[in-house]
Amino acid sequence: MVAESTVFLPAEVDEAARIVRENRNLRPRGGGTKPALSSPLAEEHVVDMSKISGILEYSPQEFTISALAGTTIREIEDALAENGQYLPFDPPLATAGATLGGTLAAGLSGPGRRRFGGIRDFVLGVRFIDGWGNVVLGGGKVVKNAAGFDFPKLMAGSLGRLGLLTEATFKVFPRPHSTITLEVDCGSLAQALTGINYLNSLSIDLEALDLIPPGRLYIRIGGFADSFPKRIKRLQELLEHEGRLLENEVESQFWEQTKEFSWSSPEGFLVKIPMTLAKVEKFDEAMENYGLARCYSSGACLCWVAGKDSRHLPDIDSFLHSLDLTGLVLRGNVDYPILGAQKGLGFLRRIKEALDPEDRFLSFKETISESS
Amino acid sequence: MKDRAALIKDLGRIFPPDRLLDSSAQLAPYESDGLTCFRSRPSAVVLAETQEEVIQTVRWCYQHSVPFMARGSGTSLSGGSVPVADGVVIALNRLSRIVQLDPVERTVTVEPGVVNLKVSEVAAPYNLYYAPDPSSQQICTIGGNLAFNSGGAHCLKYGMTSNHVLGIKAVLPDGEVVHFGGPSLESAGPDLTGFYCGNEGLFGVALEVVLRLLPKPEFFRTVMAAYDSMEAAGNAVTRIVSSGLLPGALEIMDRLAIKAAEAAVQAGYPKDAAAILIVELDGEKDAVESDYIRLSALINETGANTVIVARDTVERMKIWKGRKSAFSAVGRLSADFIVQDGVVPRARLGEALAEIERLSNIYNLRVANVFHAGDGNLHPLILYDGREEGALERAEELAGKIIKLCISMGGSITGEHGVGLEKKAYLPEMFSPVDIETMERVRAQIDPKFISNTGKMLPGGEAPALVIRGLHPLEKEGILSRE
Ligand SMILES: Cc1cc2nc3c(=O)[nH]c(=O)nc-3n(C[C@H](O)[C@H](O)[C@H](O)COP(=O)(O)OP(=O)(O)OC[C@H]3O[C@@H](n4cnc5c(N)ncnc54)[C@H](O)[C@@H]3O)c2cc1C
Repeated sequence: MVAESTVFLPAEVDEAARIVRENRNLRPRGGGTKPALSSPLAEEHVVDMSKISGILEYSPQEFTISALAGTTIREIEDALAENGQYLPFDPPLATAGATLGGTLAAGLSGPGRRRFGGIRDFVLGVRFIDGWGNVVLGGGKVVKNAAGFDFPKLMAGSLGRLGLLTEATFKVFPRPHSTITLEVDCGSLAQALTGINYLNSLSIDLEALDLIPPGRLYIRIGGFADSFPKRIKRLQELLEHEGRLLENEVESQFWEQTKEFSWSSPEGFLVKIPMTLAKVEKFDEAMENYGLARCYSSGACLCWVAGKDSRHLPDIDSFLHSLDLTGLVLRGNVDYPILGAQKGLGFLRRIKEALDPEDRFLSFKETISESS
Repeated sequence: MKDRAALIKDLGRIFPPDRLLDSSAQLAPYESDGLTCFRSRPSAVVLAETQEEVIQTVRWCYQHSVPFMARGSGTSLSGGSVPVADGVVIALNRLSRIVQLDPVERTVTVEPGVVNLKVSEVAAPYNLYYAPDPSSQQICTIGGNLAFNSGGAHCLKYGMTSNHVLGIKAVLPDGEVVHFGGPSLESAGPDLTGFYCGNEGLFGVALEVVLRLLPKPEFFRTVMAAYDSMEAAGNAVTRIVSSGLLPGALEIMDRLAIKAAEAAVQAGYPKDAAAILIVELDGEKDAVESDYIRLSALINETGANTVIVARDTVERMKIWKGRKSAFSAVGRLSADFIVQDGVVPRARLGEALAEIERLSNIYNLRVANVFHAGDGNLHPLILYDGREEGALERAEELAGKIIKLCISMGGSITGEHGVGLEKKAYLPEMFSPVDIETMERVRAQIDPKFISNTGKMLPGGEAPALVIRGLHPLEKEGILSRE
């Protein structure tokens, strides 16, 4: 046992398994782009996965890719791009250095989740080291598979607390040939939400649909460029706004910055909040009163909140409780990263007990203030 | 089992006599899941009407260490809903309220006994629908779909059941009631909802499920292309998928299946074709039209000898009718058949089919192929004559070879029908002892007394007698068809 906070840097999966067997209070780290999840508190030890890295299997014809957990998202996206493919859940923080394992363990998807779904919808298989030090395989490498318990989904959002991810396989899709974005200022939050509700109700294939309060909508479409003029015109008519077109470099820059949260301060805090359309107004009013920055993503099923001072986090926590919402702190000073109403702890505790009975990894708690 | 019978009487405290079945005559219809004819007799069947009754029953079973199994419509194709011997069957067909439909969030909360198709029906007035569409959708329940993570013809683009389940309320096998997930498409923390899906009834009983609804596609382009060889059809799939197009469905039928379908429903397929491919684009009209120009150009290059494009809904439904009825149509060629559900990497489809053909010749058994080509999900139908001495054993052996073939190609033993009883002996070929031990550990925490649908999915334990034959009774009546 190591007493002081240590950083382990395994180069092999076997080595990582040994570290797990010999230590407690382990906090896995990928690229460290989500410090609230990966920075050690007192008496915790980091397992830095950056050396367990590399693409293991990629056959473009299969539309699947397997890579070690420490592989950066950027490396994967580059390999996919060479074949006109992409990760449709649009992982955030790729430029900052996010890894595949870290993104899966944090359960993060970007604005592109609007079209086909989030990271949990695209993960097909995982390999992880559980608290017994065993390397466990779950799921498979083909796009469809119903055999065995769905560990891949369990690992999405597991925060490194159920096991140390060493490998993952994802389903990928053909990347749209071109994209274009319509920016529309609806004037007010209420108007913008009406617009989102309307677009959500139609069979219109949007690559992304983000809202920056109070009323700016960013509507991204993709496909063959020859279809764009008609489709854009239709959107303009539906929303009764001319708006402004973002194209080419400007367009890709805009979404790149959105995914890197460049609107938030890196020193401050950043929270992900699963959202529903009906709760946006009430929620947004409170955040506005705290003076916090927000972005509502993917037709408002997802909200990102950022601010400078982590002292706001307990307030956000209780406000989320009052709205029956949950939050995940990615950056900011907290002892425990899940805010607000946590669901299914009774079920989760059983899984934790099965996979990690001796708390080799950190535990799940009832509230942010519960002591360990 | 006299003690058990006496004990069962005690369930009368929860259920009135007309909803507590325990005589032989009453139990007989619940002995198997109809199709696969593994048989096993429960001690009792309770017809639950409220969630509270289910919770009480599970608690009662836990208290008395009596195994139980939740049952939807019993259409499992892998023996998943064969009762645990001498246990209690909790029939959920009557637990079928639509709790809430929210057209703004596009979600619907239902009880587990709601039939799959019913969900789309209640959503239709809002121009919404429920995407997962197993061919049994007129009868199978959401509870069964969830437990088996069922698929359908549109998985390539839309995914399986678990991609459409947002939240779950369930009673765990020791009686604890848990809730997780919620109305949002996003979540924070481990995806417990996703993990609960596909548990094959081992994690207690789902009582309420939040499902995601989608806007109905406003436009379709459905194309049927016929080829001289299976290989050419397979190559066409590869080309379409790698062109950057993402069809809603991509299906193949082989010569035997085409013949059978034509004889049964006259879908207008060319009878002499070696294979046909069905491709469907769906979504926003202008986007679909733009994709369709590319698709037709591609298909022209793939050497198709006949191409039919549906001009309207009637023609579209005609193309689909042949495909959807293919299983039951094959059933007309042979009273007895086994259906397999293995998955292979898409690029190895051609190789897998050639091997299946070779095996079919060696075993001297006809095999028809109807499958989800876009997903690499095979559905070989092994035809045999149950009256012929040893034919069933030969068919089973061939089925086993096909399963092993899928595993050796890096695929899966099941794409959507589940492991159940039928394939649990093959789970160790896909997963190591450590992987399976881990599943066992999780299960032991969730079900400490091993009473929830025990004996399914995970290897080991006594298996009921296996006699697979023929069509589901509903298929024989032409009410249902399979994929
Ligand atoms: C003609 C035909 C066509 C088919 N086509 C397809 C297809 O295209 N795609 C596909 O994927 N499958 C298909 N199937 C298989 C089958 O319909 C599915 O597996 C379906 O989901 C089973 O639903 P059910 O209500 O009949 O469940 P059952 O067979 O009654 O139960 C299945 C399993 O679910 C469990 N279960 C049921 N309800 C609950 C609950 N509330 N909580 C927990 N566990 C529960 C049971 O214990 C059992 O293990 C087909 C079957 C037939 C007969």
